[in-house]
Amino acid sequence: MNFLGAAWGWLTDPANWEGTGGIPNRLVEHLGYVGRSLLIAGLIALPLGLLTGHTGRGGFAVTTVANAFRALPTLGVVIIVVLTVGLGIWPVLIALTALAIPSILVNTYEGIRNVDADLKDAARGMGMTGWQVLVRVELPVAMPLILIGIRTAAIVTVSTATIAAYVGLGGFGRYIIDGLSVRAFDTEVAGGAILVVVLALLVGAVFIVLRRMLVPAGVRHQS
Amino acid sequence: MDWQWAADHVDDFAEATRSHLYLALMPVLYGLLISIPLGLLCVRIPKLYPPVLGGANVIYALPGLALIVLLIDTTGFSNATIIIPLTLYTLVILIPNIVDGLRSVPEPVRQAATAMGFGELRRQIQVEFPIAIPYVMAGLRVATVSSISLVSIGVLIGDDFGGLGVFFIDGFQQDFMTPIIIGVVLSVALALLADALLVLAQRLLTPWSRTRRIRPLAQVERVEAGVSV
Repeated sequence: MNFLGAAWGWLTDPANWEGTGGIPNRLVEHLGYVGRSLLIAGLIALPLGLLTGHTGRGGFAVTTVANAFRALPTLGVVIIVVLTVGLGIWPVLIALTALAIPSILVNTYEGIRNVDADLKDAARGMGMTGWQVLVRVELPVAMPLILIGIRTAAIVTVSTATIAAYVGLGGFGRYIIDGLSVRAFDTEVAGGAILVVVLALLVGAVFIVLRRMLVPAGVRHQS
Repeated sequence: MDWQWAADHVDDFAEATRSHLYLALMPVLYGLLISIPLGLLCVRIPKLYPPVLGGANVIYALPGLALIVLLIDTTGFSNATIIIPLTLYTLVILIPNIVDGLRSVPEPVRQAATAMGFGELRRQIQVEFPIAIPYVMAGLRVATVSSISLVSIGVLIGDDFGGLGVFFIDGFQQDFMTPIIIGVVLSVALALLADALLVLAQRLLTPWSRTRRIRPLAQVERVEAGVSV
């Protein structure tokens, strides 16, 4: 309990809530990294996933690329990008985006591809064009799986942004990396880790809300 | 790439690879030992499964580095500080796969086994579990590949705790790309090799399905579970 007490003391110390190194500013930084890389990853992976899923072409390439990405050690990837492109926010955002793409891409592809063929035939029989089938039938039916993919990407990004503090990025990871270097394990490190955990859980909760908002009631009841 | 430097450090790479494998595979082993009985239990007592799955979902969302540093106070600077969080992540993948696998057993098979006099536990172990092996192996493959790729973050708490990750830090501090690239390539190679071995193991364990091709690992997060960093 001593440990939790120390972490709690650090979290509630007013000095840690002010300025650039303060918790509010670090939160904004962390969310900024996650938001920007998710947005870029989504803009790339969603259309690509919809296209490959709808046409059924390129599925093998999608799965292969995603497999290769899962085997990549994130810390190594972040460091390679930073050493190649240079220090700063953008190199790290590139790495975060690259790591966020596979789960969105694979889940979108599989979600669309696995929509019941009877449903698609019925939609076509009703006179829908390919585009209408995609937007009105395949997308809503695949939505739960697509959302899980985006959620996975969000969680990967929150985690990787924490690790990226090692190469000088801000965000909550700063507390962990800086605290480790001064051996402040039960105050700054633990406090930072708790903040990251809370942030990750909140991101997960956001997706529960999104699921309610974006998945049509009919599809929700089935799954 | 500085090949001369690489040649001079072969022993270091071998040592780091060995430690990398240990830190990555022990969690998979522990994960299996915990998740098989737990999975069997969840199928026997269906009420148990939703809370277990919910717990797995929460664990899944927790960033690895945060879990590792939170453990420092309890387990100190030891292998356990890395192995415990990685074990938790393997559970998140393995338990849903085992439960899905056991639930995929056709009801007539279950009834036939019961009619032949199998007790519940013996039926689960001798009849249902072998049928569930393709699901279990799919989970085992994802868990193993993820575990191998995750280990390197352990280096952030100390050189001895991240396997090949130590070369990422070395390279970054000296602005020297060679160790980082070799470290990443070795880590990916270990993951792919382990995956290939598991595919082979699956063929040996399920001779009846040998004629069918084993699908390449489709990394779809179907259940709301998967791996984080």
